[in-house]
Amino acid sequence: MASRNPTRPLSPHLGIYRWGPHMLVSVIHRGTGVAMACVGMPILLWWLAAMAGGPESYRGFEWFFTDLLGGAIGYLVGIGLTLALFLHMGNGVRHLFLDAGALFELRRNKLSSLAVLAFGVTATVVYWFFVGVVK
Amino acid sequence: MRTAIREVRGLGAAKEGTHHWWNQRLTAGSNLLLMLWFVIVIARMPAYDYATATATFASGWRAIPLLLLVVSVFYHLRLGLQVVIEDYQHGQSRVVALVLLNFYTVAGLAIALFSIAKIALGA
Repeated sequence: MASRNPTRPLSPHLGIYRWGPHMLVSVIHRGTGVAMACVGMPILLWWLAAMAGGPESYRGFEWFFTDLLGGAIGYLVGIGLTLALFLHMGNGVRHLFLDAGALFELRRNKLSSLAVLAFGVTATVVYWFFVGVVK
Repeated sequence: MRTAIREVRGLGAAKEGTHHWWNQRLTAGSNLLLMLWFVIVIARMPAYDYATATATFASGWRAIPLLLLVVSVFYHLRLGLQVVIEDYQHGQSRVVALVLLNFYTVAGLAIALFSIAKIALGA
């Protein structure tokens, strides 16, 4: 609370633990969740409102993501958001297993965390390969 | 959702304590299905211009799942950001942040639902 005595000892925090994949996916889960809620959703709202607003307003959306800086913003935001989505999605499924009481053994916990990272990166690469190259 | 321990403890003052936790999991499941559907629809669109985009989501087959997606995702992010705010904000700033979160959720939903309805019913 606001009136906390700063001289009192703190409970062990991030700094004293040795980093492992389980900590990494935990931090990534929160980070990607906040990013999608605070950046991804406003962009989705802008896109929907631009469609509802008519060709003129849609043009503004297109300009920002595909024309400005040669379309760099569109690719940066698009790839970033799909990576965030697939990482959050993969770890979300892992969390449902954790809720059921599974994957708490050290080895399985580590392996499932690594699987989440592998899935997030692979799914993003496959997705953009399909959208950008195959199609 | 109620858990068995409530039978032992005799309800308690709040009568139930798993509402937030359970709805976070429930919307996680619906988000999983709806977002997979959404990224597939986006990937399969032949182009991303105004005419193609509005025609794609004018159909009820896509407008209705999109409506469900926005509601499910907003509910999920509302619950998730609440936990983040409660972890890092204390005192007055926590109250302000939670109020702003509620405003964001309701205003965002209104924008999304109005837009989807307009696209589907003739922009």
